[in-house]
Amino acid sequence: MSFIVKIVFALSAVVNNLKIEKNCAMEEKSQNPSEHYLLIKPVNKFRLADLLEIFRYRELLYFLTWRDIKVKYKQTIFGVLWVLIQPLALMLLFTVVFGKFAKLEQDLKVPYALFAFAGLLPWQLFSRTLTATTGSLLSNEHLISKIYFPRMIVPLASCLSGIVDFLIGFIGLAVMMIFYCQMPTANIVFLPLFLILMMMTALGIGFWLSALYIEYRDVGYIVPFLVQFWMFATPVVYPVNIIPQEYLWIVALNPMTGVIEGIRWSLFDYAYAPGKLFFLSLGISVFTFISGAIWFHCREKVFADYIGK
Amino acid sequence: MSDIAIKVRGLGKKYHIGEKLPQRSLAGSIKNAAAFPWKVAKNLISGKAIDQREEFWALKDVAFDVKQGEVLGIIGRNGAGKSTLLKILSRITTPTEGEVELFGRVGCLLEVGTGFHPELTGRENVFLNGSLLGMSNVEIKQRFDEIVDFSGVERFLDTPVKFYSSGMYTRLAFSVAAHLNPEILIVDEVLAVGDAEFQKKCLGKMDDIARSGRTIIFVSHNMGAVKSLCQKGLLLNNGSVFLSGDIDRVIEKYSETIELYTNTSPIAGRTDRQGNGDLLIQKFDLINSSDNNRMINEKQIGFVLKYMAKCDLFFCRILISINNSVGECIIFMDSTTINDFPKQIRRKGKFEIKITRDFGLADGCYFVNIAVFVNEIMADYIQNALIFHVEKGCFYEGGKSPAGKGMCHVKQKWEYQAL
Repeated sequence: MSFIVKIVFALSAVVNNLKIEKNCAMEEKSQNPSEHYLLIKPVNKFRLADLLEIFRYRELLYFLTWRDIKVKYKQTIFGVLWVLIQPLALMLLFTVVFGKFAKLEQDLKVPYALFAFAGLLPWQLFSRTLTATTGSLLSNEHLISKIYFPRMIVPLASCLSGIVDFLIGFIGLAVMMIFYCQMPTANIVFLPLFLILMMMTALGIGFWLSALYIEYRDVGYIVPFLVQFWMFATPVVYPVNIIPQEYLWIVALNPMTGVIEGIRWSLFDYAYAPGKLFFLSLGISVFTFISGAIWFHCREKVFADYIGK
Repeated sequence: MSDIAIKVRGLGKKYHIGEKLPQRSLAGSIKNAAAFPWKVAKNLISGKAIDQREEFWALKDVAFDVKQGEVLGIIGRNGAGKSTLLKILSRITTPTEGEVELFGRVGCLLEVGTGFHPELTGRENVFLNGSLLGMSNVEIKQRFDEIVDFSGVERFLDTPVKFYSSGMYTRLAFSVAAHLNPEILIVDEVLAVGDAEFQKKCLGKMDDIARSGRTIIFVSHNMGAVKSLCQKGLLLNNGSVFLSGDIDRVIEKYSETIELYTNTSPIAGRTDRQGNGDLLIQKFDLINSSDNNRMINEKQIGFVLKYMAKCDLFFCRILISINNSVGECIIFMDSTTINDFPKQIRRKGKFEIKITRDFGLADGCYFVNIAVFVNEIMADYIQNALIFHVEKGCFYEGGKSPAGKGMCHVKQKWEYQAL
């Protein structure tokens, strides 16, 4: 497993080295002091230009992501394997309860265990990212109260650091598919799209909740409950078709419905292809992301005042 | 225009005080939001407060200029607005009104070792911290060896910093900060950490940076450091500029304001004493002083001390320190060094402590601390028991004053011999 981590590091190092030449060019320009001019004044309006600043701070984003990845599994025995252990354990439980007792397996083209794992794994990754992103501002408050940088970098880094988990998780999933002799269909080319959609949803909600968490500690109590509740409201351990046709649009309001069903559809020969309702999920997901980013951006200037020392 | 590095105009920062501020309740906000949805949304976005709470201006109408290459020291009592000003200058928080213009690349050091993660190794933390302070990856790589050399922890670079001693940790953290290369440097009390030797090293480094022609804003309670580093000073009081100008004048003014706020009520009524109270100082005064504890430097320095104790016939030890306005101890007196000090003293008594006339203090303001030990246990300790001013006079027989200003005057004998 650590091999994969090393690959990720090697890749990011290469990307970073590519950036070096550009930075050198920037250095030379900054020799002239008049190049750097900064005006500090009260901000009341939303300015999109500030979002561009995140790009200028991309190195910090890289370092914070790298820190989160490095620190995540320190002092654990199983390390990054925890990404697989949790959904595997849940898969066993649900296979017994839903697959055998509730006989959900009959309607599926694939074994229930694989079906459940292909839902539980992305769900776990999603809920983990969501929880980490929500808490990211508070756990980095010592940075926010001492140093200036675009605050959005903190939830972004915390979200990006989930990428290693994603890679490990999907290798586990591939092993499962080989075990059950399921060949991926051509639809697999859409898999990255669903993953991006999932990250966007997690990040969008993460933006909303992390900004609210600074002011309202209630968020800390809501999130674990929300994640649990949401899992059963999403077709993770049951197929979406057990819901009566006329209520399907309600389920589609949940952006994760489209994501989870889409991932399964792209991985193996699965009965339920994303239909019109998928675009409703997609729309809501994009809306959450954009509104979350705007809200976060509007609130970021008061974060330091709420943190204090 | 081009020689100005920092320009501050009409700067103000308003906080809302009241119990609701730190964590506003969600229920209250939802109720508000339901009642006036549009208004609340607008206010939240613009960052205004919804409900009427007491306003507090941490800074108001602050204006000053800093020229290129100037070192400005910002001083003031706790709560004068120093930290708020620093936070605005470093863009951590936004001002409520006014503006700041910064001409040059800015580096901020509000703390040493911000972002150091205990699980990461020294090497990794150098990169993380450097990046947080605004250095690019390339810059950090270029200066990495210098940083490590300065910190002196090269043997432990690949050890997680959680196993570092606090001294090593601070040294590594400071050396990253010291190799930051901005045109404008904003520094908070970073020197308040580490041992004396390390502090000296830090001050030396700061001095180098100042000499290399960079603009520095330095906030500290350490008047000695401020005095040696800065040319200009800015004295803040209750959120506004009280005085700005030459550093010596500003420090002098500051010590006068300290005096205003220090407890100067008569000794007998002082409650800010420490010690077990077996002996209480009843009176502690300057002799040879005119009104308001002022004296001229040609007069003899001396004190009268009256005490009352709970027991009779005991051994006592008296310590007196005379500090200048910068907080440096000029004279420390210990009764155990005096040969004819009584072995036992009675329940009530009076001491007269006189300093020989060959010695005088430079003009300025002095703070006297006094402690009395009964049988080696601290019985009474009063900080700033006496504050007095020394004015210029004719200490030397000729009536002239020396050209420079030392900390004290000493009578001297010069012998000449032609060779």
